[in-house]
Amino acid sequence: MAATLVATDLPRELTPGQRALRRLWRRRGAMVGLAVIVFFVAIALAAPWISPHDPLATSWSAVRKAPTAEHVFGTDEIGRDVLSRVIWGARASLLAGVISVTISLLVGVPVGLTAGYVGGWTDMLISRVTDAMLACPFLILAIALAAFLGPSLTNAMVAIGIAATPIFVRLTRAQVLAVKVEDYVEAARAVGNPPLRIALRHIFPNIVAPLIVQATLAIAAAIIAEASLSFLGLGQQPPAPSWGSMLNTAKNYVENAPWMAIWPGLSIFLLVLSFNLLGDGLRDALDPRHG
Amino acid sequence: MGSFLLKRLAAIVPTLFFVSVLIFGLQQLLPGDPAIAMAGEERDPNVIAYLRGKFHLDEPLPVRYGYWLRGALHGDLGESVRIQQPVTDLIVEKLPVTLELAGLAMAVALVIGISAGVAAAVWRDTRWDYVANVFALWGLSTPNFWLGILMILFFSVKLGWFPASGYVSPSENLGENLAGMVMPAFVLGNALAAVLMRHTRSAMLQVMASDYVRTARAKGLDENVVILRHALRNALVPIITLTALQFGELLSGAVLTEQVFSIPGFGKLIVDAVFNRDYSVVQGVVLFTATVYIVLNLLADLAYFAVNPRMRG
Repeated sequence: MAATLVATDLPRELTPGQRALRRLWRRRGAMVGLAVIVFFVAIALAAPWISPHDPLATSWSAVRKAPTAEHVFGTDEIGRDVLSRVIWGARASLLAGVISVTISLLVGVPVGLTAGYVGGWTDMLISRVTDAMLACPFLILAIALAAFLGPSLTNAMVAIGIAATPIFVRLTRAQVLAVKVEDYVEAARAVGNPPLRIALRHIFPNIVAPLIVQATLAIAAAIIAEASLSFLGLGQQPPAPSWGSMLNTAKNYVENAPWMAIWPGLSIFLLVLSFNLLGDGLRDALDPRHG
Repeated sequence: MGSFLLKRLAAIVPTLFFVSVLIFGLQQLLPGDPAIAMAGEERDPNVIAYLRGKFHLDEPLPVRYGYWLRGALHGDLGESVRIQQPVTDLIVEKLPVTLELAGLAMAVALVIGISAGVAAAVWRDTRWDYVANVFALWGLSTPNFWLGILMILFFSVKLGWFPASGYVSPSENLGENLAGMVMPAFVLGNALAAVLMRHTRSAMLQVMASDYVRTARAKGLDENVVILRHALRNALVPIITLTALQFGELLSGAVLTEQVFSIPGFGKLIVDAVFNRDYSVVQGVVLFTATVYIVLNLLADLAYFAVNPRMRG
C-alpha cells in the first residue's frame, strides 16, 4: 500500500503525538510553566515531611511576627507558620483545579459528543441549556451553587466543575460538527459501524487536542475560582489552610503584617500563570496552524 | 434587517426560559426542607409556616416554578428574608455603585488594552510586543483580590495616595468618590485589559496584512493615518462585540473587588445574602445578571449587524 511505502521510505518519521511533544519541548514558556507546576505538585505531595511546622498549630507568643529564621514567611494573626500553611495550601488549590476540571470533562464531553453527533432536538435542547448556563457569569454561578450546596472545599469544587461544564459542552460539540463530515467518519459509517463506536473510536480521538488545551486553561481558571470562593468564605473552611482563605484574613492586617498577604497571593499567581503558559504552549504545539 | 431582528429576538426566549429554570432549580439543591433552611438559625415555627406558604412549598414543583416565574416577569423577585425588603428594590439600590465601578474599570481596560494591543501589533516581535504579552499574562493570572490587597499596601499604607476602603457617593463628594474608585477600577479592569490587548493585537495583525492597508500605504499616506484611520477602525469591530460580552465578567469580578475595598455594591449584596442565607436575594441577583448578559449579547449582535454591511445580505 502507498502509505506503507511512504512510511518505510522515511524510517525516522515521527508520529503526530511525538511531533507535538517536540514542538512543546521547544517552547520555553510552556516548559517553565510545567516545571513550576511539577514543583507545586511535589510540595503538595511532600507537605507532611517538608513543612517546617504544623500548619494548624497556634502560638500566642508568635502572633503576626515578621519573617525570621524560625518562620521564614512570618506568622499569622494567631501565630501559625505562614510557610507551612502555604505548603499545605497547595493541596487545596491543586485538588480544586484538577477535580473541578475532571467533573467538567466527565459531564461536558459526553454531553457535547451527544449534541454534536445526534443533532436534531437533542442538540437543540442541550445547546439551549448550555447557552443558559453561559449567560450566568462563571464566578456568580459558582458562588450561587456554592451558596445553595453549603460552604466547603468539596462543594466549591463541585460548584466550579458545574459552572465550567458548558464551555466543554460547546467546545466538544463544535469539534464534533467539524469532524463528523470528514471522509474517514463517512467511511466508518459506510462499512456499518454502530453510532456509538463511530463517536468513540473515530470522532473522539480526533477532538482530544483542543480539549487538552482547554482543560489546561480551565485548571488555571478553576484555581483562581477556588481561591476566590475561599477568599469569600465559601470554599475551604478555617482552620484548614487554603491560599484564598489566607488572603481573606490577611486583608485585615495589610498595615502591620503584609507578609501574610504576599506569599499566598504569589503562590496563586505563579501556579495560575504556569497553567496559562502550559496551555498556550500546548495550543501552539498541538495545532500547528495556530500562531 | 427585520427578519434577522425577529430571529435573534426569538432565540433569546428559550435561553431566558432555561436560565429561569436553572436559577429556580438552585433552590432544590438546599439540603432538607427549604423552609427550614431559609428560616435561619432560630427555626421559628411561625417563620417556617410563613415561608412554606409564601413559596408554595406544599405545591408540586412545576406549580411552584409557575408562581415564581409569574412574579419574576412582573419584576417581583421575592423578598429578602433578613432585611424584609423586596429583592428588586435592593438590586436597584446597589446597582448604580457597581455600574460606576464597572464603567470606570471598562474605561481603564479599553485605554490600556487597546493601546497596548496596537503597540504590540505595530512593533511586532520587538521589545514592546514582548512587554505587552508579559503584561497580558500577568493580567490573566493575577487574582484580582490579591492585586487589590497589594495596591492597598503600596498606595494606601506606604504612600497614602488613595483611601484603602470605603465608599463616598458621587452626589456627596465627586472628588472623594473618584479617589476611592481609582484602585478598585484598576484592579477590576486589569484582567479585561489583558483580554482586550490580546484580541486587539491579533485583530490588528490580521487587518494590517490586508489589501486595503497595503493600498493605503501605497498611496503614500502617513503611517499613523494608516494605523489609526484605516487599520484600527476595522480592527475595533470585533473588539466592541467582545467588550460588551465581557461586561458579565466585570460584574463577576466586582464581587471580589467590592469585598476587598468594602464597596457597598451589587457584589457585596450577593456575598452578604449568601452568608445570611437570604436565598431569594441570591437567586434574584443571578437572574438579573444573566438577563443583563443576554440583553448585552443581543445588543452586541445588533451593533455588529449594523456596522458590518456583509451581514445584511
